[in-house]
Amino acid sequence: MNIASGIIFQVLQSVLVVLIAPLMLGWVNQCRAWLQNKSGAGIWQPYRVLNKLFHKDAVLAHNASPLFRATPYILFGCMWLAVGIVPVLATSLPFAPAADVIALVGLFALARVFVSLAGMDVGTSFGTLGARREMMIGFLAEPAMLMTLFTASLISHSTSLPTIVDTLGHRELVIYPSMAFAAVAFLMVLLAENARIPIDNPSTHLELTMIHEAMILEYSARHLALIEWASSLKLTAYITIGFAIFVPWGIAQAGDWAGLLVAFAALVAKLAVAGAGLALLETLSAKMRIFRAPEFLGTAFMLATLGMLIHFLLEQ
Amino acid sequence: MNLPTLQPIEAAVTLSVIWIGLGVSGLAFMRAPRFITGIVFPAGALVSLALAATGLWAIGAPPSVAILPAGLPDLPFHVRVDELSGFFLLLLGGVSFGISLFASGYFRDTEGAALGLLSLQYHVFLASMAFVLIADDAYLFMITWESMALSSYFLVTTEHHSEQNRKAGFIYLLVAHIGAISILLCFGVLHGGHGDYTFDALRAADLSSFWATAAFLLAFFGFGAKAGMLPLHVWLPEAHPAAPSPVSALMSGVMLKTAIYGMVRVIYDLIGGIRWEWGLTVLLFGAATSLFGVLFALMQHDLKRLLAYHSVENIGIILIGIGLSMVFIGSGHPVAGALGLVAGLYHTLNHAVFKGLLFLGAGAILKSTGLRNLNEMGGLIRYLPQTALYFLIGALAISALPPLNGFVSEWLTFQASLQAPLLASSVVRSLVPIVAAVLALSGALTGMCFVKVYGIAFLGQHRHEFATKPREASGWERAGMLWLTIACFALGLFPVFMIGEINKICLALVGTGLSDEAMASGWLWLAPTASAQASYSPVVFLLVIAAVFGLTFLVVRLVYHGRLRRADPWDCGFPAQTARMQDTADAFGQPIRQIFAPVYRIHREIPRADDPRPVFRQEIEDRHWYAMYLPIARFTEFLSGHIGRLQQGRISVYLLYSFLTLIALLVFAQ
Repeated sequence: MNIASGIIFQVLQSVLVVLIAPLMLGWVNQCRAWLQNKSGAGIWQPYRVLNKLFHKDAVLAHNASPLFRATPYILFGCMWLAVGIVPVLATSLPFAPAADVIALVGLFALARVFVSLAGMDVGTSFGTLGARREMMIGFLAEPAMLMTLFTASLISHSTSLPTIVDTLGHRELVIYPSMAFAAVAFLMVLLAENARIPIDNPSTHLELTMIHEAMILEYSARHLALIEWASSLKLTAYITIGFAIFVPWGIAQAGDWAGLLVAFAALVAKLAVAGAGLALLETLSAKMRIFRAPEFLGTAFMLATLGMLIHFLLEQ
Repeated sequence: MNLPTLQPIEAAVTLSVIWIGLGVSGLAFMRAPRFITGIVFPAGALVSLALAATGLWAIGAPPSVAILPAGLPDLPFHVRVDELSGFFLLLLGGVSFGISLFASGYFRDTEGAALGLLSLQYHVFLASMAFVLIADDAYLFMITWESMALSSYFLVTTEHHSEQNRKAGFIYLLVAHIGAISILLCFGVLHGGHGDYTFDALRAADLSSFWATAAFLLAFFGFGAKAGMLPLHVWLPEAHPAAPSPVSALMSGVMLKTAIYGMVRVIYDLIGGIRWEWGLTVLLFGAATSLFGVLFALMQHDLKRLLAYHSVENIGIILIGIGLSMVFIGSGHPVAGALGLVAGLYHTLNHAVFKGLLFLGAGAILKSTGLRNLNEMGGLIRYLPQTALYFLIGALAISALPPLNGFVSEWLTFQASLQAPLLASSVVRSLVPIVAAVLALSGALTGMCFVKVYGIAFLGQHRHEFATKPREASGWERAGMLWLTIACFALGLFPVFMIGEINKICLALVGTGLSDEAMASGWLWLAPTASAQASYSPVVFLLVIAAVFGLTFLVVRLVYHGRLRRADPWDCGFPAQTARMQDTADAFGQPIRQIFAPVYRIHREIPRADDPRPVFRQEIEDRHWYAMYLPIARFTEFLSGHIGRLQQGRISVYLLYSFLTLIALLVFAQ
């Protein structure tokens, strides 16, 4: 692989994922509408919303600090980096070694800290409430996420995602019981980290039950658009991390143009199934009380740890 | 003295003596406060910088020794600088440079004799830490260890008019001495009754496995008391808030690290022959310390007390790194052991830098607003914009967020723990990743805690009506914070350089460093084992985020527009927003209080519904006081009450005691 094609692949993958992330969200919402016997707004709705928001004048509270204005851009930058690192379409990308799975978790934590700080910046009651809850979910989800990733790392003797994909994607089809536990734990973390039901409701209109939405209440126009876009990127990043670890088949090598087409087709198929699955899951379950969240995420953590112990006891 | 023959050790000794000289000159000119703050402290800062350079030089140079013409007849002081001492001298010098700069501005308001004394104690404190790091015999080590404890005791009780500060000082002195006795006993065990007390002799001692373990335990708990390890941490949250802020920064940033130095020096160098059981002990104590520290930090609303609990947490993280290293070395995997040691030592340096910075930030807030209670702060970013920026960097660094320095060392610790499959015993092998999970949990909790600190102190609406508008920190103070902020970035973005230096310590102490492949990846990529296994590049990280930030900013303005209006906060249309509707520090910690309720001893007073003047009170205490310290105190009192009966106050009774003693000696000691 030469450097030029590596960089082309890198840029292509990032731009592509950044562009299709809102589509992913639109697809989930559309599926959910169908499941609830509604006609839905169509899969292009998130783009229309983004366009509308970018056109509006930004309204800022009088006492909002520079940190409040910088946060949407930082958030967007973090998520862009995340989808650049995850082997969504191809492995051995030039930027991929910049962060392994642990650094990726750190990256999400960085984004979370900034958005929580922004939530506290104006000093409204809902903002601080949201920040407090978000950090609570965050500290519960982060160890569970790391444990899940450690299980995959221990199997492939590496914490770098491309190596994990190469090892797990080119093995004979062996069922690892530890990975089954890790997959369930990962799914639970994914729901919690992306503010989905049962932890949070992305389309809620009831302030007191909000988590993520409460933090960003003071945002408007382009700032809000960037935050919404970053949220859809985060969801896509999480789902593709899940693909990389649990269903790594079809991901191309950088520089392999024919493989890229296959990889793209595989990605679209996988995303469509995952989006429909997410919509089904959200339709079938109800939102939990906030103080059930520790129990939910504690279970995820226990499952992940159990998976790792099983790996040590049975698979070595 | 001509340059080519100058040895690092001579430079280190000379610089330490200059520190003492500066301190004495401060005392001599105590009537000239301008001289002390304008010359003595900045000169001390320059000495720090020179010492840091000496340390860096010593890491690369072969060990150099000297014998000082001081001490008792026939018992001279031996000093030596090797890679390990050099690294800690670098830490001491680098961090105290920033702190002394800050102190030059901070102490301007202190008046008269107090400032002269402060200058003496401060510089003697610095010099004793330097001597602890270069001591090469147990005798000099203990003397300087004690002078370090005493000078810092006097610094803690600088404001001795408050009873609380005197009490804090007493607890500090007590725990410091329990630790010192334990260290003394450890040297006694190593000495074993023959030879002398130079470190060379102690190193050569051949110990049975029982005595080696005894020496390990004595050293571990002795130094652990100074480091603030569970359950000997109780002095830290008392002493740090009592001391003036630069002193808190120095104690938390540097003094705790001398305990880590002592631990590594005695366990790796003097005792040697590390066993994995020892490592497991260190590991488990480290994990407990780190989780406990952060859980209590989340409950605090006194900023400096909160930071003190975070020092406890970070000492735990350092101990996890060192414990991992010992487990691997003890089981015959020196390369993985070197990785653990690198992680531990790098976190030692990182914690010194960001904790120094945070304590200085707390000092800047205290000086400009007079506030230490988070619940009264709020909106300070508008009064202290630069301090707010430095504090933000410190907060992100301590929360182990990339691309700053705290993340690098936690990342290395995770990498070390992922070497667990090398271990033979399946119990230890599964225990190591669980410790990593504890580390992940405390890292995430730290993030929550610093969102709380920053959000409540610097952001939001202000909760306190100031008589005069708070002023931004002075130039000296900002320079001190800026130095440490730059260090946070430098150590975070270019970790490979410092890790290369620490690797030399591993080569000297463990005999093996990181794998060759790890050092060959170039300055941009940090890959501690092999680049296919794990790699991290903070520079790429920062550049991508910054590039996307800039590009998005431009594109949004080019394609759409950048129009902006200011208005009242929306808050879902809620009309009457007051500052009291924001979360307080205690409210922010409420989920933690609920989830981890069994950890705390909570005392609550809830008013009755018909109470005309309802008051809600809540106190959270450390269970260790009730489970460990108070029983010991009661037992000591009981014992001394009985022994006190011997004391009759009549000369005839005392003569009787002497007589009985003589009889007893005549009977038994034949």
